[in-house]
Amino acid sequence: MVENRPILDFLTHAVLIIGIAFIAFPLYLAFVASTHEQTAFTSGVIPVLPGNQLIENYTIMLGTGISTSGAPPLSLMLRNSLIMALSIAFGKIIISILSAYAIVYFRFPFRMAAFWIIFITLMLPVEVRIIPTFKVVADLGMLNSYAGLSIPLIASATATFLFRQFFLTVPEELMEAARVDGAGPLRFFRDILLPLSRTNIAALFVILFIYGWNQYVWPLLITTKVEYYTVVMGIKRMAAVSDAEPQWHLVMAAVVLAALPPVLVVVFMQRLFIKGLTETEK
Amino acid sequence: MSTKRNTFPNFWLPYVLLTPQLAITLVFFIWPASQAVWQSFLREDAFGFATKLIWFENYSQIFSDPNYLNSAKVSVVFAVSVTALSMGISLMLAAAVDRLIRASNFYTSLLVWPYAIAPAIAGVLWWFLFNPTIGILPYALKMAGIDWNHIVNSNQAMVLVVIAASWKQISYNFLFFLAGLQSIPKSMMEAAAIDGAGPLKRFWTISLPLLSPTTFFLIVINIVYSMFDTFPVIHATTEGGPAQSTNILVYKVFVDGFIGLNLGSSAAQSVVLMALVIALTVIQFRYVERRVHY
Amino acid sequence: MIKHILAAGLLLSTAIAANAETKIEFWHAMGGELGKKLEEITTSFNASQKEFVVTPVFKGTYPETMTAAIAAFRANQQPAIVQVFEVGTGTMMAAKGAVYPVYKLMADTGQAFDQKAFLPAVVGYYTDTDGNMLSMPFNSSTPILYYNKNVFEKAGLDPNQPPKTWEDVEAYSKKIMESGAAKCGFTTGWISWVQLENFSAWHNQQIGTKENGFGGLDTEITMNGPLQVRHWENLKKWQDAGLFQYGGPAGGADAPPKFYTQECAIYMNSSASRAGVVTNAKDFQVGFGMLPHYADTKPQNSIIGGATLWAMQGRPADEYKAVGAFYTYLSSAEVQAKWHQGTGYLPITQAAYELGQTQGYYEKNPGADVSIKQITLNVPTANSKGLRFGSYVQIRTIIDEEFEQLLGGKKTAKESLDALVSRSGVLLREFEAANKASN
Repeated sequence: MVENRPILDFLTHAVLIIGIAFIAFPLYLAFVASTHEQTAFTSGVIPVLPGNQLIENYTIMLGTGISTSGAPPLSLMLRNSLIMALSIAFGKIIISILSAYAIVYFRFPFRMAAFWIIFITLMLPVEVRIIPTFKVVADLGMLNSYAGLSIPLIASATATFLFRQFFLTVPEELMEAARVDGAGPLRFFRDILLPLSRTNIAALFVILFIYGWNQYVWPLLITTKVEYYTVVMGIKRMAAVSDAEPQWHLVMAAVVLAALPPVLVVVFMQRLFIKGLTETEK
Repeated sequence: MSTKRNTFPNFWLPYVLLTPQLAITLVFFIWPASQAVWQSFLREDAFGFATKLIWFENYSQIFSDPNYLNSAKVSVVFAVSVTALSMGISLMLAAAVDRLIRASNFYTSLLVWPYAIAPAIAGVLWWFLFNPTIGILPYALKMAGIDWNHIVNSNQAMVLVVIAASWKQISYNFLFFLAGLQSIPKSMMEAAAIDGAGPLKRFWTISLPLLSPTTFFLIVINIVYSMFDTFPVIHATTEGGPAQSTNILVYKVFVDGFIGLNLGSSAAQSVVLMALVIALTVIQFRYVERRVHY
Repeated sequence: MIKHILAAGLLLSTAIAANAETKIEFWHAMGGELGKKLEEITTSFNASQKEFVVTPVFKGTYPETMTAAIAAFRANQQPAIVQVFEVGTGTMMAAKGAVYPVYKLMADTGQAFDQKAFLPAVVGYYTDTDGNMLSMPFNSSTPILYYNKNVFEKAGLDPNQPPKTWEDVEAYSKKIMESGAAKCGFTTGWISWVQLENFSAWHNQQIGTKENGFGGLDTEITMNGPLQVRHWENLKKWQDAGLFQYGGPAGGADAPPKFYTQECAIYMNSSASRAGVVTNAKDFQVGFGMLPHYADTKPQNSIIGGATLWAMQGRPADEYKAVGAFYTYLSSAEVQAKWHQGTGYLPITQAAYELGQTQGYYEKNPGADVSIKQITLNVPTANSKGLRFGSYVQIRTIIDEEFEQLLGGKKTAKESLDALVSRSGVLLREFEAANKASN
């Protein structure tokens, strides 16, 4: 900022540090949990400081770990989660940005109907319509496939809604200038709108990637082949033990490992969208 | 409804652009959802062998069920609390990060990280934190004189789920608020500063109004989130208890349908829920959006 | 050239012959260590012969697995075998077109099947009123009592004497608390399963009309009799005095930590928790005992929990041959003994129990046979055979809710038990109406 306000600066940092403590504490706990032995969870107050089992637990998880609780190797599950998350993120962004563009920048019959049809998908999550959706997917022969894992989850309006909001803020002048220059709608979209949307695309990519990565109920229902297991399914399998205590230390190690790719996505994309903002001054 | 003054004249292009999303929406959403609506008029056994058309009996049954009405009340309290808490905190954090030039990357990474954790797992982490026997927070609370036992105390259970659900959303809201704040042209802020407006004044008069599209977006998303996507959190922490005090509508739909296998009643409940949220969204688009500056 | 063609032909035909094994899917809810042990069984079955291959598929928790199987059935994608928890029995049994009863399957596929070889209390739960077995027992458990020997000693009690009656539990708890050896006397998992259903069976009290629901869909729950009222009144009284601590609804996830941290000295839960208890009880010795009974009643037998395997209709005929062969393998004494000893679930056949005895397993592991002794204490009566109600998953939730109302002081024991009966009645009538047409 232009001026120097030390008190406000101090407050700013204080707020942020408290915020981070609140936000990060449960994760810190997960990390701590992954460095202890099993009995630390059930026989006393949960430890707050890391234990000494870090190497042991992580070696188990990375090595034979999950396979001893009946799930396929970690690398396979990570790969499936990655494919699913990327397909969902890219798929959603592409179809939503096109739809939002159509709704905002064109007038055509049934425009409002299309808008509401798309927006209704906000109102009913997968879990509630899961049995009929399963039947549709089964009838289309899409069980046990990457298509079946991702396509039904792309039908949601969050991204379209966001792009619509953003497009409405783009000044009219830009569009008029483009038309004056003789640019058609596709040109305008590619050369002007898309670059402007970069930060929103980046933010959405993070959100959607993580949404796809963390899916549990849907993959569980439509996959019967172990080759399609995702990482979160694997973790839940380790934790969902009836009549026994889960091996929390291993579960938490898996949680930490499984959270790394989304975290990397966040860190990487963040640089991209902050960079994108500081470069384009409207 | 807001729209651009100028639009492109093409006729076929918009339909082509819309086709992918509409196709997927119709096949994987509208069609199954309409089957769910149809199911709400039936009474059938779990396997679908015996189906009987009972018209509106499922609906009349749920509206006369005190548990359902309790669930509706609980959901409203929950949704409002979660939306207010998570949006408030994330706005504060986004404004704070926006002020900094250095270290903003560092803070941002730390604040967005929790979003990477799957909701069900986040629920488990909060269960550990608040567990009356082995959790650290009850331990600390006991020293402050508060006896924490959310298994028996309904109010405490509500506090637990509100915190757990808000926690997850803070990262999401933060990300969008930050993107919104950072897309405000620096030149506007500098001009205002030169005119003598302090940081707080600039925030109120420039940032907030310009943030209104984002805020509107987030209000809708947060309310939908707290009405729908929070059930993994409830499932992992209180499972609707104690004694139905945290049994929000969507959790009840899930329990009655998925676990109780009463598909007709569950479908009826989801239709009601859907109607409720559509009504809420329409109201928001009609009235709240008027105040949004584009 | 011809040699190559012949060689290729030979390879191709052996490849085809090798693929002629019958593959079946077995959907289950066993995560973690239990899943690993289950896969050991399927792997060794597959290795023991060349005709059939059983593929285990983990489908989530018990409710998730059952719903997945139902959704799959509706889309014609069902597995050959699905593991269903005991509260789902009512739903599975009412779905006559969807399930292939085990006694029929074994007869149809020519597998020898002697129902009498199974432990009666285990089997009783899953037979119809004609005495025919409908599903294959796999992982059954029953609740027992665990106690902290060190705390007993510190409190001046005999560490080798578990409490036998509820009067003992009360007296011991008072002594333990007064001596400061522990903060509370006892806790329990599964209020519904342990402190109401098993409580009723153990005291030979009726759970529901029509032989606890076995006899028909027009059944009513009757667990609000005087003895159950007395017990719930006591639980409330003991909670108020601090002798008893509630561990939460359903399985009571907060109960195990109370025992492991030595906060409570006595703990009632599934016999299958044994492995976990022994591992987590780091600093003290664990003792085992049967469920307590009131001094003025003689104990009858306890009923089981856990899950069984159901064969689903609609698969090609040769898949059922695989199911039959797998079931025979599963109920062999060696496989059962290994499964039981490794997990704490009950052995389902007399032969497996005897094998364990000859192996000396029960001498080396005291307390491992408490559960078996408890369920075989007496021949089951109509009251203690088990229970069978539709919508029972939700009814269990109702039981927990009413119990919580009682603990919160909002209802008396009689009021909460009566409310439980009337609320569950609504669900039972609905279940009856929904399933009438198909029966």
